[in-house]
Amino acid sequence: MGAVRDTAEGFFLEIGRFFTLLARFFAWTFRRPFDIAEWMRQMVKVGVDSTPVILLTALFTGMVLALQTYSTLARVHAEGYVGTLVALSMVRELGAVLGALVLAGRSGSAMGAELGTMRVTEQIDALEVLATDPVHYLVVPRVWATTIMLPLLVALGDAIGIVGGYMVSVVLLGSNPVSYVDNTFRFMDLSDLTSGLIKSAVFGLLIALIGCQQGFYASGGAEGVGRATTRAVVLASMAVLISDFFLTKLLF
Amino acid sequence: MAAPAGEPRISLRGVSKSFGGKVVLDGIDLDVEAGESLVVVGGSGTGKSVMLKHMIGLIRPDAGTVTVDGVDLATLGNRELPEFRRRFGMAFQEGALFDSMTVEGNVGFPLKRAGWERGRARARVAECLDLVHLEGAERKLPSELSGGMRRRVGLARAIALEPQILLLDEPTTGLDPVISAVVEELILELEERLNLTIVTITHDMDAAFRIADRIGMLHKGKVIALAPPEEFRNLPDPRVQQFLRREAKGPLTEG
Repeated sequence: MGAVRDTAEGFFLEIGRFFTLLARFFAWTFRRPFDIAEWMRQMVKVGVDSTPVILLTALFTGMVLALQTYSTLARVHAEGYVGTLVALSMVRELGAVLGALVLAGRSGSAMGAELGTMRVTEQIDALEVLATDPVHYLVVPRVWATTIMLPLLVALGDAIGIVGGYMVSVVLLGSNPVSYVDNTFRFMDLSDLTSGLIKSAVFGLLIALIGCQQGFYASGGAEGVGRATTRAVVLASMAVLISDFFLTKLLF
Repeated sequence: MAAPAGEPRISLRGVSKSFGGKVVLDGIDLDVEAGESLVVVGGSGTGKSVMLKHMIGLIRPDAGTVTVDGVDLATLGNRELPEFRRRFGMAFQEGALFDSMTVEGNVGFPLKRAGWERGRARARVAECLDLVHLEGAERKLPSELSGGMRRRVGLARAIALEPQILLLDEPTTGLDPVISAVVEELILELEERLNLTIVTITHDMDAAFRIADRIGMLHKGKVIALAPPEEFRNLPDPRVQQFLRREAKGPLTEG
């Protein structure tokens, strides 16, 4: 019984901290001074530096997707629609979710570790003492950078994934290039693209906020920082997958 | 903004604090007079750091009040508290320097946040580094500094905005005796030259006797002794005597 109660208590504590931090994040977003240089630095760190790994993920996802959908569609004699399926799957779903999972591993963990180290070495206390709100100074730039950059990364990834699917279908499986491209775009709406990008913006917010939250409330020295880093990745990944269902339902 | 004459600068009344069911502070009453150097000693885990963080509002008490210059900290909102803290300087145990910034960035940080113009800030940074005997260290990163240097940079950062109250968390612990003496002299110099009110927590008794106007001792979340150094040395309380004589057996270690 004790273990159940502890788990439940921990769960509600995390939820409470998340929404507290979310509220403080929004409250501080619009206050001066705006640290443009720091925003840029974070955008480079989250966005530009993550581009290669996101593109590689998207490329191979598109390629595998083409192989798998071909194998499935061939059984019902509909192999002409591989392009349609690859494109819609990438744009509506996989580009955003896989991009978010990669970013959770890359940037969410880094934020958990960085802020966690700052917490246990009293640097966050030092900020407060020096009349600087740590949410304003640390959390606001990181969360906005991730919220802005993830949709851009996902848009790039979508494109590369579609190219990967094309290469596998046309080069490896011998599909007709013209009809493949035609089928790729014929059934796609702008809303397919925007729904994927809106989702990825929400994922970006979740990843950064959870990463910052875990670091912000870290305690207990080096071990505590390790714990914060792990939890940043695990909880952010869970949040992405769970919120994905509800967002998809909402944007369907 | 000074305290009204005769009133203490900092006053703790019945301050209690627990973390996860463990009582750390148990109804502390303590006054810090304007211009004095108060040193609070006690073993590890007796709540010294927690008490210090209460004085600057980093931790809020479960019960009791913390009053600074006649203002109850609990009445200050999230916007007023940062402004109010400008009268404080605080130096942390390991320095708590920002890893990503140079020494100049660290010492200049409070100046930048206070809107100082760059040239003036740079001059002030050099001045503060001079005070802690680290002239010319501006371009170094915290990772390139020794523990003692980091501590002194932390001190320089704490005094950059000319605070009226200085809070020092273990300023000499773990330093070699010579550097320790340098830091102690520095503290005395600051107290005298800038007429600061200084609260230091430490378990280094040598340092305590050298820099204190009054010494207080914390045990199990309570102030068990408070006296000027000479008097403190001769207090009959067996707990104080055990601490002074560094004995393994005694009332501090029993129960």
